[in-house]
Amino acid sequence: MSEINLKKIDLTTLFTVILLIIMGAVNIYSTTHADNLESPLLLNNPFGKQIVFILISVFLFLSIQLIPYKFFQKFASIAYILSILSLLGLFVFGKNINGSTAWYQIFGFGLQPSEFAKPITALALAKYLSDINANIRTIKTQFYSFLIIFFPVLLIMLQPDPGSILIFLSFFFVFYKIGLPSIYMNFFICFILLFFITVLLSKEIIILLIIIISILTILYLKKKKKSIRKVVLYTLILSSFVFSVDFIFNNIFEQHHRDRINIVMGIQEDNRGIGYNTNQSKIAFASGSIFGEGFLKGPQTRGNFVPFQHTDYVFSSIGEEWGFIGSSIVICLFGFLMLRISRQAELQRNLFSKIFSYSTATIIFSHFFINIGMVLGLVPTIGIPLPFFSYGGSSLLGFVLLISIYIRLDSERTSKW
Amino acid sequence: MKDKLLPILIILSCILFILRLFWIQIIDVDNVQLSKKNSVEKIYQYPERGYIYDRNNNLLVGNESFYDLMITPKDVKEIDTIEFCKIFKINKSELIKKIKRATKYSTIKPSVFLSQISKKDFALIQEKLWKYDGFDIIRKSNRKYLTNSASNILGYISEVNDYEINDNSYYESGELIGRQGLEKSYEKELRGIKGVKYLQKDKFNRITNPYKDGLFDTLIVPANDIRLSIDIVLQRYGDSLMKNKFGSIIAIEPSSGEILSLINSPSFNPNLLIGRNRSKNYLRLKNDTIGKPLFDRGLQGQYPPGSTFKLVNGLIGLQENIINNKTTIRCNEGHFYSKNRFMRCHCKIGTINNLNKAIYNSCNTFFANIYKKTLDKFPNSKLGIDNWKKHVESFGFGNYLGYDHPIGRPGLIPGSNYYDKWYPNGGWKAATTISNGIGQGEILTTPIQLANLTAIIANRGWYKTPHLVKEISKKSLKEKYTEKNFTTIDSIHFEKIIEGMFNVIQKGTAQNAKIIGIEVTGKTGTAENFIKINGKRLQLTDHSIFIGFAPKDNPKIAIAVFIENGYWGTRWAAPIASLMMESYLNKKVKRKYLERYIVNGNLMEEYKKPYLKSNFKINE
Repeated sequence: MSEINLKKIDLTTLFTVILLIIMGAVNIYSTTHADNLESPLLLNNPFGKQIVFILISVFLFLSIQLIPYKFFQKFASIAYILSILSLLGLFVFGKNINGSTAWYQIFGFGLQPSEFAKPITALALAKYLSDINANIRTIKTQFYSFLIIFFPVLLIMLQPDPGSILIFLSFFFVFYKIGLPSIYMNFFICFILLFFITVLLSKEIIILLIIIISILTILYLKKKKKSIRKVVLYTLILSSFVFSVDFIFNNIFEQHHRDRINIVMGIQEDNRGIGYNTNQSKIAFASGSIFGEGFLKGPQTRGNFVPFQHTDYVFSSIGEEWGFIGSSIVICLFGFLMLRISRQAELQRNLFSKIFSYSTATIIFSHFFINIGMVLGLVPTIGIPLPFFSYGGSSLLGFVLLISIYIRLDSERTSKW
Repeated sequence: MKDKLLPILIILSCILFILRLFWIQIIDVDNVQLSKKNSVEKIYQYPERGYIYDRNNNLLVGNESFYDLMITPKDVKEIDTIEFCKIFKINKSELIKKIKRATKYSTIKPSVFLSQISKKDFALIQEKLWKYDGFDIIRKSNRKYLTNSASNILGYISEVNDYEINDNSYYESGELIGRQGLEKSYEKELRGIKGVKYLQKDKFNRITNPYKDGLFDTLIVPANDIRLSIDIVLQRYGDSLMKNKFGSIIAIEPSSGEILSLINSPSFNPNLLIGRNRSKNYLRLKNDTIGKPLFDRGLQGQYPPGSTFKLVNGLIGLQENIINNKTTIRCNEGHFYSKNRFMRCHCKIGTINNLNKAIYNSCNTFFANIYKKTLDKFPNSKLGIDNWKKHVESFGFGNYLGYDHPIGRPGLIPGSNYYDKWYPNGGWKAATTISNGIGQGEILTTPIQLANLTAIIANRGWYKTPHLVKEISKKSLKEKYTEKNFTTIDSIHFEKIIEGMFNVIQKGTAQNAKIIGIEVTGKTGTAENFIKINGKRLQLTDHSIFIGFAPKDNPKIAIAVFIENGYWGTRWAAPIASLMMESYLNKKVKRKYLERYIVNGNLMEEYKKPYLKSNFKINE
């Protein structure tokens, strides 16, 4: 157990991740070029810090490969409790940055425990659900699984950091994958669709549509009494959801939430205020065109016109400096990485490893989808980093932890079976 | 499905993202870049606004430069405060306040530090400016009026407002737009099109080179100068005649439809509406509720036309074969137009009028009679009045005339619809509307419509849409202003009316309008009018109206004069029209006694009456 078995390591995944991390670092160098010039001391600028975190990542990766396989399963519960404690500790020791208390400040570096809570919650879920007594089809297991997600979600909601909550919601995919009845998934998808339709149209029209559809269904099902009762129940649930969305959207959401959603839905245009970021990032893409402006040459990137460009909006500088070609390559690399991980997950026979691998793919996918979607103006503005790319030690270490454990578990696959 | 969900989602979202990238990076690209990009600076080059000349090429409106001092806070270095304050004539606290304000706006974008610096101050500033980094002078331009007349025609320009910026993609904040008058209606011609240059900037906000080698730059399109149909000498002469009288004089060259003068009184100096005191002056003009200098009586005032309208009814009577020039009607100080309903007239008992005599004596009986017969010719009054309305409207009454000034009113020519509304159950007949026969009642016309009527009679049956612009450099006038609009009245009938109008001057109601050596024709009018003060309907002194043209054959000028509360048409309107004609046709006025009488005539007391006294006499 003291040697890393290179032959068994999923090198394809590893190299894809290394490639993404290097590209990310190069881009951080570019987006923060001005800061780099002003303070040549490496540790004082984002690029220098990122290099330090990359070095730590290498160390983290290697250490995880040396850890015995069984350890993860045993360690999961303790890690989960530690993670919850670290989230709780924020309310005492945390530092408020940009309106949310999500960071610890240690030696000039910010540490964001919610980034680590993602892989650790995945571990905990994998452990719980791989237990022989657990069956996701039973209400009891469903309840405990939801509870595992619920604690970090609650604590993160209080920070508040709405983006990370969405990531935790993506664990539904994992549940679904391992046998959660599809009714949950159907409702989940219905709810998401209904949410956006309700924002677009008036609630009366939608409820009318729902009722029409259910009446048609009842007519179609005529004979089965049971089904009719079900349809009526669904109609009631969906209608009350529409009402609550309408209520939440207009009364509980704050204006900037509404604005963000309205801008993406095209209901509202505002390029100076709330829509500024998205608009500036669109301009950066446009300026990149096919081949891009070239490394360190993007005027939007150079002029620091895109706020948060080295963190959440990092993809826009790829678009500007490397053009359509460059940004498409990045998307393809991510697509390849996620497909690769989900395929490897299918091959896993060990349930613990399978669930964790599947979670890995899901977490990366949800980050990828929300981040790129936001930068391209397809998804409302939600602050979420692009895995391996965005500047930020915690986010990088969190993803490296995730991918390292995945690789470690994956390397046991062939040896076991 | 469960096994494939995630891979399918991954593949679909990658495809979606790549398509989106394709759209914003390759297809929609220039659109996004040029309009919104920070790193590309858009620089405008403005053409000088077009000059405005009168019909004899006298320059009326030009441009004048002034200077704005701009500040870019980032570049400002240490300032020798004492010297700086001396040069720019501000004190220290003001300086600090201004710098703070500019810094708050932006540190890298220039903003206005001092605006509208005169040429004199500019000379001194220019000499010392090199000492102060971060300060720049930019040259701007504003209108310069070389006349103190015609403000109602020329209009004015001012900065665009937010609505205009949103409505029209051409304008940007701080630019000037024609706000009223010809500045507004000929905005595009006078403005030209600004040129745009796109310049690439680097991170430090320095301009490096033209963006994509000027691929998207557009060239400046110079503005057009315009030449008005207005004769500024005549316009000014009209102003002098209108001193201390409210009203309007409109003169048209009948053959071309060109407006020779459009005088509104009281008027104001166009220079009031430029420069730093613009809004203060504007407010003062707006608050003058008695004189209402911003209200163009010639274009916006809707008044009953009075006896001048008898000419129209005469023409319709001839066209409808109700009368010919031999028809006579007897007048006994008026007549009964229906049972127990009497209309008074100033003709003596037993006067027998034919058309000619009826015109020059302005007989109410004659025209009320033929009006009624025109309507009664039809099986019912409905058809009758609508037929009458059709004729009247062919003279340009009852609607906007279509001239090239942005303001105007349609007036009112009542038809069957109108009376049906007032008398819902068909309770009206020709006699009910009898006042229309003598230009009172429900009819409302604007002075320019009356001037156009005069031009129609002078042309014997047609008019060209009146217009104020004679020529636009490099562009021809719209067809609308060059084609003839024919009325529904045959040309031959006009001669009979003109004969009567000639006699109005020779032996009729306006003998004081006679000019030696010129055959003047005309028709007086006296219009009753009412206002409401505190909900009480009060009758004021009649309006004095005169329309006429000269010479009788081959007419050169057609005039409508309208003097508010001037009483008889003969008292003010007729002599004013006559002096205008003399001035325009002879270039010199010989009748100094008449000129003195008019210029010194003062109606200001009359206008104050309703506001000062509760019981006042009218028609004194």
